[in-house]
Amino acid sequence: MRQGECVINASSPPPAVELHGITKRFPGVVANKDIAITVRKGTVHALIGENGAGKSTLMKILYGMQKPDEGTIAIDGEQVSFNTPGDAIARGIGMVHQHFMLADNLTVLENVVLGGEKLYGIGAKARKKIKEISDAYGLGVRPDALVEDLGVADRQRVEILKVLYRGAKILILDEPTAVLVPQEVDALFDNLRELKAEGLTVIFISHKLGEVLKVADDITVIRRGTTVGTADPKTATPKQLAELMVGAELPSPETRESTVTTTPMLKVTSLTVAAGEAVVAEPEVLVPAGAPDSSTLEKVEAGRLLLDDISLTIHKGEILGIAGVEGNGQTELIEALMGMMTPDAGAITLDGADITRMSVRKRREGGIGYIPEDRHRHGLLLESPLWENRILGHVTEAPNSKRGILDLKAARKDTERIVREYDVRTPGIEVTAASLSGGNQQKLIVGREMSHNPKFLIAAHPTRGVDVGAQAQIWDAIREARRDGLAVLLISADLDELIGLSDTLRVIYRGRLVADADPATVTPEELGTAMTGAASGHLEATDNHSAAADGDTTEDEAR
Amino acid sequence: MKKFDKDRLILGFAGPVLALVSAFLLTMIVLAATGIDPIEPLRLMVENASYEDVQILIVNQAGTYYLAALAVAIGFRMNLFNIGVDGQYRLAAMLSAVVGAAVTLPGPLHLLLIVLVAMFVGAFWSGIAGVLKAKRGVSEVVSTIMLNAIATSLIAWLMLTKNLGVQIEGSNDLTTGDIAESGWFPAVSLGDGLELYGFTFVAFALGIVYWFALNRTRFGFDLRATGASESAAQASGVDAKKMIITSMLISGAVAGLAGMPQLLGETHTYNLAFPVGVGFTGITIALLGRNSPVGMLFAAFLMAFIDKASASLDQNGYAKEIGTIMKGLIVIAVVVSYELVRRYGIRRQQQKVGEELAAGHAMKTEKEVAA
Repeated sequence: MRQGECVINASSPPPAVELHGITKRFPGVVANKDIAITVRKGTVHALIGENGAGKSTLMKILYGMQKPDEGTIAIDGEQVSFNTPGDAIARGIGMVHQHFMLADNLTVLENVVLGGEKLYGIGAKARKKIKEISDAYGLGVRPDALVEDLGVADRQRVEILKVLYRGAKILILDEPTAVLVPQEVDALFDNLRELKAEGLTVIFISHKLGEVLKVADDITVIRRGTTVGTADPKTATPKQLAELMVGAELPSPETRESTVTTTPMLKVTSLTVAAGEAVVAEPEVLVPAGAPDSSTLEKVEAGRLLLDDISLTIHKGEILGIAGVEGNGQTELIEALMGMMTPDAGAITLDGADITRMSVRKRREGGIGYIPEDRHRHGLLLESPLWENRILGHVTEAPNSKRGILDLKAARKDTERIVREYDVRTPGIEVTAASLSGGNQQKLIVGREMSHNPKFLIAAHPTRGVDVGAQAQIWDAIREARRDGLAVLLISADLDELIGLSDTLRVIYRGRLVADADPATVTPEELGTAMTGAASGHLEATDNHSAAADGDTTEDEAR
Repeated sequence: MKKFDKDRLILGFAGPVLALVSAFLLTMIVLAATGIDPIEPLRLMVENASYEDVQILIVNQAGTYYLAALAVAIGFRMNLFNIGVDGQYRLAAMLSAVVGAAVTLPGPLHLLLIVLVAMFVGAFWSGIAGVLKAKRGVSEVVSTIMLNAIATSLIAWLMLTKNLGVQIEGSNDLTTGDIAESGWFPAVSLGDGLELYGFTFVAFALGIVYWFALNRTRFGFDLRATGASESAAQASGVDAKKMIITSMLISGAVAGLAGMPQLLGETHTYNLAFPVGVGFTGITIALLGRNSPVGMLFAAFLMAFIDKASASLDQNGYAKEIGTIMKGLIVIAVVVSYELVRRYGIRRQQQKVGEELAAGHAMKTEKEVAA
């Protein structure tokens, strides 16, 4: 059937995908409204919009996961109606999800044929086909490698191959660059160009404007559920796109004036955490969300150092940013600082007091604020009302309780204040945290942590999954507290955020701080190089001491 | 905001009502399917409950059940499933009876000693499961079930006459000896020899303590937070391991009290006829009452009603096991209907939040208008 259409299209190619008047209402919310998009065959079409603009819903509709209330979908000029993703796959549409859907303990081959056994079997024929696809598009996939041994970028290529294996002619990539370092992004873009050259169509969802301009042939901008315009990447500037996207100027994370003082607030000396012991003591802690996806950790073997001799000092009014590919020890560093994990060696001093052996609660009372990397796991009680979430983590402090007894009235009142001051969009404080959007949940957390005048704030991915408006507010809140002498440890995968917000930058690689940089001069590319272990020492604009620590894995990653 | 509260109230009632209605309907279907008149046994049960002596039995039984349910609920709130309430309760009743019979103290002290021993034994027995879970990650479900079995054997062995048991003359029953009258809990007499166990009121009062401790204290907040999300609680500063052990100890201590209404109010000794299965009924009640002190009170009365009102069905030619079937069906119906209502509630609230925000009724604007 697919072949047949190709023949028809040969004379005057109809667009690969044409969406017209797509409207999707959820009870009370219009997720998509009268959306019109035309994707030309053999192009990379970028779909941009801030979080919550309705990109994901639109793609779910195109992929058959949801049915539109109104509007039409045409594939290769032929009107279609999808009931399940199966229908979409049959019409040659494939989706690469943001979160990889691979079985770690299986080989690439096994992962690819899984669920598609009928196509080419599971043996030599399938292997041949995989090789064929891999070579045709320059994916460089090894069919017999174990997925758990692969880095993030390689996994992504496996996902792409999986989709191609099922005969996809139109690929949807949902935020594919979110997990990659700049070098890997470039490699991905080369792959995409390869796909394009072979006549495939790519729909690329992103909110990173620079990348979009680099790779896309056409750009469609979505705002508040509807298409607000298209742009030509040859002429458009990031600024124009940003304004289309938000309907206003894009906030920048730039910190204006330095507020760094000479008074050390947090001092960490030779902090070391080994893998083995933690497995026994804290089974939960050892499987952080990011770890399995990590590109540099092979397997966490007992005794391997998760944190290796980490020393750093954060002064009052200073934001210290830590760059690194996820799973290189960031989670462990946070947990050691919070007291959720006992370090094997080293000392932590907060404002002159040794807190190395202190409990989490004592540390929190002592002035550590915490914006966790996974707010659902560590920051919220999803099925509890907002005011209970406001108490969480500060149950012993005013205004939440007095002498062991909760003060619900004061807690509720203070929750209302946070909702107001931090612009948490909610109909009230009795609703559960789960019913808020991610950005509003995060604003509640930021408001809560800031309400106790922390001396030191751990901010892990503070704006991940947060819309642009909330992002600016969160940055403002952090900046404002920093002016008042707050010391911040900022961990983020968003290199622009790191560079823009930090006063000092360090790079973590395999549990060690391998490099430092001045955010005023460093570029994301340089940081990316250090994040994969290819550079260390002080990163200067041109002078990279490329004394790579571990050449073997480095090569793998950089490829 | 008011609207949300009303919604929550309606949803709160929807679960139990749905569960009970479907459980009773299912019971009738079971009866009809086995060729028994589906209405008559139920009518008889209601009629039985109109007799005063049965009512007293129901209230007394409800007190015992309520304590067992509280014990289970404390675990539930912490996301721990203490199936061992039954074993904890029996072992506690037996050993406290032994101690009570062995000493004679002035009234209140004697009572206090018995109660404290019971709480201590119950806490000790559940504490084993707590320590195993905290230190070794052993599922409390497995360990408490096993501890139930061990408790049964341990009691049987301790009750041998060569150990602690006392043989009653002219009877096969074994007891632990009689507790002196100073260790009897004063009863509320309603005339005609009808007596309400005094300890039943202690049980209901504990419901208030339970509510206060969980909803109004820091400790209760930590406990609930741990139950709602262990990872979030840990990050918030709760020592999860300590919390597991503490809540198991408290749960066991309350379980230990479950035998007190009967021991201090009626038998004044532990004997072979001491009821088995109270802890399991407690699980049903805690489920049905959704761990709420008021909900569990109703549920305890309902279970006591089914128990006591079905007891005399035999005399009317119906199997009294109809009551047991009913209890079983309630458990199933409760689990299913609560999950349905919970999911519906979450979905509904998310929609509502979306709706209100879309309509521009965000709290911020409301405030601004008000100010």
